[in-house]
Amino acid sequence: MTGCLLRIEDLSVAFHGPEGNAWAVTGVSFDLNAGETLGVVGESGCGKSVTSLSILGLIPSPPGTIESGRVRFEGRNLLELDPETLRGLRGRDIAMIFQEPMTSLNPVLTIGRQVAEPLMVHRGLSRSAALAQAAEWLERVRIPAARRRLDDFPHQLSGGMRQRVMIAMAMVCRPKLLIADEPTTALDVSIQAQILALMLDLKQETGMALLLITHNLGVVAQMATRVVVMYAGQVVEEAGSADLFDRPFHPYTQGLLRSMPRLGSRTAGTRRRLTEIPGMVPAITATMAGCRFAPRCPHAFEHCRAHPPDLFAVRDGQRARCWLQPYPQRRRSDV
Amino acid sequence: MSDAPLLRVAELAKHFPLGGGLLSAPRAWVQAVNGVSFEVRRGECFGLVGESGCGKTTVGRMILGLIPPTRGRVEFDGQDILGLDRRGFGRVRRRMQIIFQDPYSSLDPRMTVERIVAEPLLAGARPPRAERRRVAAGLLDRVGLRAVDLDKYPHEFSGGQRQRIGIARALCARPELIVADEPVSALDVSIQAQVINLLQDLQQEFGLSYIFISHDLSVVEHVCSRIAVMYLGSIVELAPAADFSRAPRHPYTAALLAAVPLPDPHRRGAPPAMEGDVPSPIDPPAGCPFHPRCRYVFDRCPAEKPPLVPAAEGHLVACWLNDGKGLPAQVDGLKVEDGRLLR
Repeated sequence: MTGCLLRIEDLSVAFHGPEGNAWAVTGVSFDLNAGETLGVVGESGCGKSVTSLSILGLIPSPPGTIESGRVRFEGRNLLELDPETLRGLRGRDIAMIFQEPMTSLNPVLTIGRQVAEPLMVHRGLSRSAALAQAAEWLERVRIPAARRRLDDFPHQLSGGMRQRVMIAMAMVCRPKLLIADEPTTALDVSIQAQILALMLDLKQETGMALLLITHNLGVVAQMATRVVVMYAGQVVEEAGSADLFDRPFHPYTQGLLRSMPRLGSRTAGTRRRLTEIPGMVPAITATMAGCRFAPRCPHAFEHCRAHPPDLFAVRDGQRARCWLQPYPQRRRSDV
Repeated sequence: MSDAPLLRVAELAKHFPLGGGLLSAPRAWVQAVNGVSFEVRRGECFGLVGESGCGKTTVGRMILGLIPPTRGRVEFDGQDILGLDRRGFGRVRRRMQIIFQDPYSSLDPRMTVERIVAEPLLAGARPPRAERRRVAAGLLDRVGLRAVDLDKYPHEFSGGQRQRIGIARALCARPELIVADEPVSALDVSIQAQVINLLQDLQQEFGLSYIFISHDLSVVEHVCSRIAVMYLGSIVELAPAADFSRAPRHPYTAALLAAVPLPDPHRRGAPPAMEGDVPSPIDPPAGCPFHPRCRYVFDRCPAEKPPLVPAAEGHLVACWLNDGKGLPAQVDGLKVEDGRLLR
């Protein structure tokens, strides 16, 4: 398994409620190589965040349970590790940053203390040594006057600065894998650009792998080497970035790309109508025969509604969960 | 339809007091909006775009009378509406409606969809219940929901459907102007396209004018005919949509456009064109509000605030670099291509 840092195999996660089981994720598999940036993209409820939380054993249980699958990190199945070992890995080899830095930072601890903590816990550094390194990291994530900021509390920083603190906290132990779940979604576009550039710099510098979870196709296109598209708890397409954006195969991927307005597509007097994906994401409690996208798919034919498709190889490095691969003549040319 | 603008906003400003109490003076003033002027034509979609805290939402709320302005004028259909008495304002106000960003918090969870949608009727002629129900059913049908939804409650709907309910309610009063404040920002991409298309269809059908407030430059460019870019409470540029991303003239607009991550992996890697955060509106920079972050800043910028003046046909810009030829071309060999700054 040279190069493969993280391998998710056949992961299924369910949430148990009074109205039955909600299958948030079913049969998700993908690989992430050392040093690679993999984008996981999809709309609300597609299972992308649940997948990322499963990696570090962060699914709240109850009500959630991992029903099946393996999460192999450097060959070891994380789902079988005892909590103690997993805690040793979290924050050291695998770190995570979230969308909302205000709710993921502790409001009553100084940022110096919070950035230093992983070094004290995982590396056994003394408080002063850890604080010195924390100050260096705050400088590296370009927090102005970093040393003076060590004693600040999270509420004294702007949203962009808080996300920089989160990144510093995640990076101090030089993880092999950084999981970033919607890291820039709460930020303004100019701050988003700064944070994305910072993440790319740090990746180059440290050689870490990045698992980037986002709903934003622009962010994925700018950051990822490979992309996994999720829909209703499944991987529906996987491809290198260039193939995914140039030659998307799955009707859902195609629909997503067509439904977004593009900057610069407006010329005087003209207005293109956006292509809609009709309907909405099916409830994940529903038992579904066939392809989960079939009810919204412009190409769907009888077979799609009866039989769930596999992930078929489309070309080297690209797979799509779609019957149009074995039945290409069923693709309608008028959509 | 006359050529006179439907709405005219002149030198509108809002300063919020900060601190202070019943007897003590405020500690400081948040200068949320600092003298904003523009017109909205009949049947037009006018965009207000900018980052958090630029004042775009406050402008929308002041137009609707939800926030009293510190100074300035708002004229609707030729009438100064800030000077009207309660009844007079109420009559004008029915002709303007609002659609909010968050479809989860803007609908009363204890009201049925019928009551939510038909509520504006109670402020007018108060037709009987059966008539109100008929009107609500027609509106639901128009926004893509069904008559059986009338007796349901908001929690039974998805985000996109709730936004449709909010649109139906706004339409109920037969408004001429709708202020849409981030109407699609909370929605997923595929649902966003549905709601944008719906808003555009309704605009055609009812001859509506929109003030479309958003932080999303791609969405604003797509739906609006003219776009005002706000920064720290001021309009820094006002451009026709066709010029907006192709020929931006204010360095802030150009930098903002350059920061948008394009869904194209072949066009990557422009370094961030703007460093640092937006300064605090409590003590905004003197002169041009953008000068501390501007790469083209020169001695005049911190000294004097540039006025918003014409730079090209229908295109206004508030920048001392504006010589009427377009911003970047003449400054250190900079070019703009597809919204990207190229050196």
